Amino acid sequence: MDLSFVILVEIFYAVASLALISAGLAVVFGMMKVINLAHGEFMMMGGYATITAVQLGVNVFVAMLIIAPLIVGLIGLVVERLVIRHLYGRLVDTMLATWGLSLFFIGMATMIFGNTTTSITTPITGFAVGDYQINGYNFFIFFVSAVLLISMYVLLKTTRLGLIARGTMQRSDIAAALGYSPDRIYMATFFCGSALSGLAGAVLAPLVGLVPTSGGAYIAKAFITVIAGGPSLIVGLISSSSLFGVVNQIFTFGISPVFGDVALLIAAVILLRLLPQGVTGKFFKGKM
Amino acid sequence: MTISRRKFVAAGAALTGSMLLPRVVMAADTIKLGSVLDTSGIFDAYGKPMDMAMRLAVDQINADGGLLGKQVEVVSYDTQSDMALYSQYAQQLTRQDKVDVVHGGILSASREAIRQTMHKTKTLYFYNVLYEGGVCDRNIFINGVTPAQQVEALVPYAMGKSGKKVYILAADYNYGHITAKWIQKFVADNGGETVGVDFFPLDVADFGSTIAKIQTVGPDLVIAPLVGGAHLSFFRQWAAAGMKDKIALASTTLGVGNEHKVLTAEEGNGIMVAYNYSQELDTPANNAFKKSWADANGGDQSMHEIAVSNYQGVLTWAEGVRKAGSLDRDAVIEALETGVSIDGPAGKITVDPKTHHAVLDVHLMEFQDQGMRVVETLPQRQPIDTQAVCDLQANPNDNKQYEIEI
Repeated sequence: MDLSFVILVEIFYAVASLALISAGLAVVFGMMKVINLAHGEFMMMGGYATITAVQLGVNVFVAMLIIAPLIVGLIGLVVERLVIRHLYGRLVDTMLATWGLSLFFIGMATMIFGNTTTSITTPITGFAVGDYQINGYNFFIFFVSAVLLISMYVLLKTTRLGLIARGTMQRSDIAAALGYSPDRIYMATFFCGSALSGLAGAVLAPLVGLVPTSGGAYIAKAFITVIAGGPSLIVGLISSSSLFGVVNQIFTFGISPVFGDVALLIAAVILLRLLPQGVTGKFFKGKM
Repeated sequence: MTISRRKFVAAGAALTGSMLLPRVVMAADTIKLGSVLDTSGIFDAYGKPMDMAMRLAVDQINADGGLLGKQVEVVSYDTQSDMALYSQYAQQLTRQDKVDVVHGGILSASREAIRQTMHKTKTLYFYNVLYEGGVCDRNIFINGVTPAQQVEALVPYAMGKSGKKVYILAADYNYGHITAKWIQKFVADNGGETVGVDFFPLDVADFGSTIAKIQTVGPDLVIAPLVGGAHLSFFRQWAAAGMKDKIALASTTLGVGNEHKVLTAEEGNGIMVAYNYSQELDTPANNAFKKSWADANGGDQSMHEIAVSNYQGVLTWAEGVRKAGSLDRDAVIEALETGVSIDGPAGKITVDPKTHHAVLDVHLMEFQDQGMRVVETLPQRQPIDTQAVCDLQANPNDNKQYEIEI
């Protein structure tokens, strides 16, 4: 009983962290069709922003939930203005440009923070469930992901702002004809996407050490989750991260973390063979 | 300015040409000591202090008038925690810089990447790192602690403080695999049982499910030969899950890169280790060493197990050269094989002629308030694991790494 609870918590944690690392990319790639290969580096910068803020004496939760997303969002804003906005609609070109950006960010982080592992202590302590100990931070990550997905849903589905954003992504010319500036809407959306990436990096930073190349560990998983999720932003994110999270954790428990990752990738290959449009290309059609 | 293709090619050729020129025009009357270490990247916690230690040793040798009346000059390369760069820089050191000796390599993977290059080019090689034992090659000298010196002492001590059921978490490359086998052997020898072994690639940093899995098995003791910055997360997550007071923890590597100073006292306290060196050794030799280190590096105190090994390795080599009265590789090897001893910060280190390993002191220690408290000192331990399989006096042409069979 206790064991099944512990395994359940780990599975929820895996699902939540997949959703978290993919949320920013889902906005930037899923909505805006910008292949952001610097997504991992946005997360890495979120982590460094948190660690730097904590070292300057800021409360760790303020640093993670407010400062890091803001800073990374602002960096995203600059990047959008300087690079990305010239490349909307040019899928392959955005890939090349953002790959260059990713190398640039790794280089900058190496210059500033050094090519060395930095980290902070996990702010939440563990607790016991029967005979088992659970890392309390898992619940925090789960909580953040849940709040994030719900607020994204509410924002996109029920507010006028969300409607305008979705409309612009579908037909920017019509949005423009109705008096909205697609340029500014794209800018705001990219800001949100970057901020989400920064938040993900920040929240995961206390769990794992950071090096400037940390982003590389996330980028593949994030892309797989978003692509396998399919056209619906939030339902797709939830369904694909649930699927992969469960597969990953079952094999991690059963065999080892390496096989967990292998199983995740194999599951992704099979899934995309059966459902080339992603999960929501076939099921939950028309949902958010 | 526009750059025509022709100009670009010309500039490129000039640049390539200038890179091919010898890096430094060497004066003929210096001794060249080559060094390859990861002074950046995820292994820099190991490599940076090792580099400082090597330079400190060389500076001290030079301040005392050098060797054979010549100054020692360092030729060093940063391998950036990238195994591929080791083979490249090993070629560069041996064929282009033509150094007299090479000290370096940190991970066992890196040692095996360059050992054959050193062997083929007959360049004397010192590997000054705690490792899994078994390397038998007349061209290499190793002064790091081996499993028979470390694990054999650590396992019964840690089992005595916890219990008989042991779970092993090891790094997924030759060091981790071979060390895990040694741990299993010593656990069995002491009447215990290994209830689980897991291997982790060096970039794995999320141990949540592993920690849950360990709990399902319910061992008394976890022994963790984990390596590098990413694996440090395990100890952090272990403490964060509140496991620290439930299951005892020992490691064959934690603290080698001063990890006990990176972890907080709450995360580290009570973890059991066994090494040749601890900053807390209160001996005149260590105190003098710490002071000269601080003087040389602006007050820094980042010396650790393998940095001190590297320091002692350079001193051992220097002693061999003095004794041989020559830089010739074979003469130096023969001189070292007489059983040269030095007194380093971690006590007396003697070259074992049969295996080219070292006889040295090992201390059983526990982490306490970000330090390593010495619990028990085991003086002058022989590398019996390697001695059992390797005899370079009888087979000087041996050139392989023996692995333990279970």
